[in-house]
Amino acid sequence: MNIGIIGYQGDVSEHVEIFHKLSREYKRDIDPIIIKDKRYLKSISGLIIPGGESTTIYKFLKEYDLFEPIRTMVSWGLHVMGTCAGLVLISKDDPGSRVRGMNLLDVKIRRNAYGRQMDSFSEFIDLEGIGRFNAVFIRAPVIEEVGDVVVLAKHKGIPVMVRSERVLGLSFHPELTGDTRVHEYFVEMIGGEGYTSIPERKYTIEEFI
Amino acid sequence: MPASAADLQSGDDLIKRGFAKMTKGGVIMDVTTVEQARVAENAGAVAVMALEKVPADIRAAGGVARMADPQRIREIMDAVTIPVMAKVRIGHISEGYTLAAIGVDMLDESEVLTPADPFFHLFKRDYKLPFVCGARNIGEAVRRIFEGASMIRTKGEAGTGNIIEAVRHMRMMNEGIALIQRSDDSTLQIMAREISSPYLTLRKETYKGILPEGTPMDTQALFYNISLDDIQDGILSILTEIKQNGVLPVVNFAAGGVATPADAALMMKLGADGVFVGSGIFKSQDPTEMSKAVVDAVQNYENYELIGQGSSGLLSMEGLDIGQIPKDMKLQERGW
Repeated sequence: MNIGIIGYQGDVSEHVEIFHKLSREYKRDIDPIIIKDKRYLKSISGLIIPGGESTTIYKFLKEYDLFEPIRTMVSWGLHVMGTCAGLVLISKDDPGSRVRGMNLLDVKIRRNAYGRQMDSFSEFIDLEGIGRFNAVFIRAPVIEEVGDVVVLAKHKGIPVMVRSERVLGLSFHPELTGDTRVHEYFVEMIGGEGYTSIPERKYTIEEFI
Repeated sequence: MPASAADLQSGDDLIKRGFAKMTKGGVIMDVTTVEQARVAENAGAVAVMALEKVPADIRAAGGVARMADPQRIREIMDAVTIPVMAKVRIGHISEGYTLAAIGVDMLDESEVLTPADPFFHLFKRDYKLPFVCGARNIGEAVRRIFEGASMIRTKGEAGTGNIIEAVRHMRMMNEGIALIQRSDDSTLQIMAREISSPYLTLRKETYKGILPEGTPMDTQALFYNISLDDIQDGILSILTEIKQNGVLPVVNFAAGGVATPADAALMMKLGADGVFVGSGIFKSQDPTEMSKAVVDAVQNYENYELIGQGSSGLLSMEGLDIGQIPKDMKLQERGW
């Protein structure tokens, strides 16, 4: 299974490393692919939008014309996981914000609302279906309102991990501690080991790329 | 105070080094005003460095360069949503805590400012905020990481618009890493002793003149209560980690002389995780276009057509020949 990682900026290599580890230790056939060009979107079953600076990643998603194609691909079956800055980008669009959302996940986000770096923290949190997990929050966005999503974890009453059918969003970084379980959960979401790829016939990529 | 590898991997390090990781693949720009900070943010900078003067102006002004006016820093923090960093003088414990209290996101213990302590850099593990530090070679980088730096950058020669020193330092760093990888354990131990020796400077100077030459030296409590043995152990564990992974255990940026999009691309090509641009943006003729072109060049550092397009019509800052700078005016000579 190919999993893409938006590779403009941020902790891209950490996600790649986790998938390599998952492949090695759990004998799963997962190839992480760094994506900067929309042509490669068609070869993946899942997509990670990593942490980094959301304004910078947003700028490149727009400039390289990936913003809309990702939205379209999700409607056709692509699964997406957004962490921290990535969560900001997949959340409900706020036209007043410097960083616009893709409306892939029905949550309202406020950027950097946990505070500046001084307020960054890590804490063990119970994740539904995963267990205790060392969650690292770095200038994290706050999930202010949740709509039609399942809340998988909360910290001090605030949701920090939510999902819909195909989209998983986390306000923390699951890729910094070497723990592979959140990524494994995402792989299960896509369709586990039996999953091959999104059937090509559902669309022709050339229609919009 | 024990200085074990376990210490360096504490929860704090996860968060501090994690912050630095979020800047990878990005450009961090020196800014002196709210307007400049906005230009940087709009160009796609991953963070800004809030300063009173860019390095070229600090160099021209001479005198003592200190941390920036807190009010200036706060204004910049209020103006942009990206992280804001600030520079602290080498070894100036109080400036460090003052900047931390203001709430900046990262501190740069920088040779661009006039050093405050002739003997020691800050013990950065004492701070909750992450630090970036300059280094000319692997030895300096390892000492700074031992002290708690969460990010390393080449020193280069700031404010010159001349890339040669940044290239020198990046090549020295890469060569150092390669050498460590080829070294056996006994060689690593020799390196650890050698790299640790500058921590003895204060003790040696104290002995001079009050005890006869050759008196065995007490090596307890050399640096923030850490003994020479513990310093060497800590440094050895960092060297061992570098040998295993083939990279520094923290993010490694380029800085000091980046003046054009091609300069930025060159540093990425040499293995930098990202680029600091000091004077290069706001001393150029069109900072808005220059900042965008540099961000694009870092992103596409092997797309030479794009770098050429981005550079077209851009007038860079004037450059300085390193050979014409007297040794005592070289900022890279500050710190050890």
